[in-house]
Amino acid sequence: MVLRAAVLGGGVLLLEILCRLGVIPRFTMIPPTAMAAGLVALLRTGSLNRDLFATFTAVATAVGSSVVVGVLAGMVVHAVPRVRRVLDPLFATYYAIPIWAFYPLFIVLFGLNEIPKIVIAFLYSVVAVIVNTLNGLDRVPRVLLKMARAYRMGPLATGTTVVLPSAAPFIITGVKLAIAYSLIGVISSEFILASRGVGYRLSFAYLGFDNVTLYALILLLLVCVTTINQVVYAWEQTLLRRWGRR
Amino acid sequence: MSMVAPHRRRRQGRAGDIVLLIIVLGLIWQAFYQVAGDVALTPPLATVGYAVGLMSSPDFWPNVRATFAAFGLAVLISVGAGLPTGVLLGLNKLAGDAAEPVLVALYSVPKVVFYPVILLCFGIGLAPEVAFGVVNGVLPIVIFTTNAMAHVKPIYLKTGRAFGLTGWQLVQTIAIPAALPEILTGVRVGLSLTFIGTLLSEMFAARAGLGHMLINAMQLNSVPRIMSLTLLILVFAAIVNTALIVVEHRVSGRGAEAQLDGAG
Repeated sequence: MVLRAAVLGGGVLLLEILCRLGVIPRFTMIPPTAMAAGLVALLRTGSLNRDLFATFTAVATAVGSSVVVGVLAGMVVHAVPRVRRVLDPLFATYYAIPIWAFYPLFIVLFGLNEIPKIVIAFLYSVVAVIVNTLNGLDRVPRVLLKMARAYRMGPLATGTTVVLPSAAPFIITGVKLAIAYSLIGVISSEFILASRGVGYRLSFAYLGFDNVTLYALILLLLVCVTTINQVVYAWEQTLLRRWGRR
Repeated sequence: MSMVAPHRRRRQGRAGDIVLLIIVLGLIWQAFYQVAGDVALTPPLATVGYAVGLMSSPDFWPNVRATFAAFGLAVLISVGAGLPTGVLLGLNKLAGDAAEPVLVALYSVPKVVFYPVILLCFGIGLAPEVAFGVVNGVLPIVIFTTNAMAHVKPIYLKTGRAFGLTGWQLVQTIAIPAALPEILTGVRVGLSLTFIGTLLSEMFAARAGLGHMLINAMQLNSVPRIMSLTLLILVFAAIVNTALIVVEHRVSGRGAEAQLDGAG
């Protein structure tokens, strides 16, 4: 932990020195302290609030819908092996597909608003949830299912008290991926074409050669995404510990 | 001999499943077309026709070549830099522990965030395309390789040491072969992301390439062109990915057999 902080701190310090000495021209990159100052100034003006709200609402919607749909679809697909056999090649190649190629299509279908980017983020994350749900369901110990049958539990009770909890670690991996992929989906879509959002502001600053805003936004996104990842990681560890799996 | 028949039947079943999948996807596509109409979509069969027409047009192949020049270079750099880094990080526990969380955090950051930085550093042309491909593709290769190398069963390494292998010999003959299936998964994911990165980069700042054609078609709002280009890109991505999966299965199958032999 200390080592990691030291490496990271050293890297930032090196970047700062290189920028200050002019080894890296100001036109290419501004010093990290200037990025931080730019970010503080930008947040003070409050002009970013609308974009932050738009981006994170879209991400939350995409995560929520892909987790719900993904877990349900995973259970259905798991229950019908024939369907699963047909879908397997799709799942295997899905993440090789450049999903952004569909973005213009969704803009035509839904208009230039929040929906196309949510749809992209949803499509990008839902398959990860499905695949991880299937993985989890495959690994439910047979003895637990036998036990449930011995206690004459119905399918619903078996599902909620036996199957889901024992598949949960895998489903959580799916949720983690859904969060990362939804962020990527929303911000990338905004960068390509949108009317608001942090990704849109980023592309606007980049097209206007506004380096201070550009690097302030990059810093903001890095901080946000890393914080979200750390929080999710901590949450996962707590859950796993509570279930006594680690 | 008796082993051949069920194997072949299974393979035929798989091919049938894939055909069925394509038909179902085609039907969904057609249904979308019925809802949205010509403004947004072209129907599946017509799109295949456009795609064939596009492939025989003279301006298509130079663009394909441009994309593959960038993609090829990016793959060389991603794999060439990613594999050794992963191997070193995996072997050195301290370095691996320090680097892995940072790498995983970077992996989940949307890479477009770095796109402006790359343009500012590399200008416009082939260099930023390659660089953006590498930024997308190198991380999964490093992460998967690091994990694979770090989780080679200690008993394999002990056996190797008992036979007097040292240093690089141990890595080359024991650790890398044992980690190979996972490393290949990383390479497959890395290649897909490199391809996506190259295409995305071509969409914003390039003078040629499939991504450039795609963004041009979007700006001209030429629906048939968008659809047929998308189709060709998808088919290409699917074929490459499937080929890599087959290689992966071969390799891990070999590993499993070796383990069985050892057990017997």
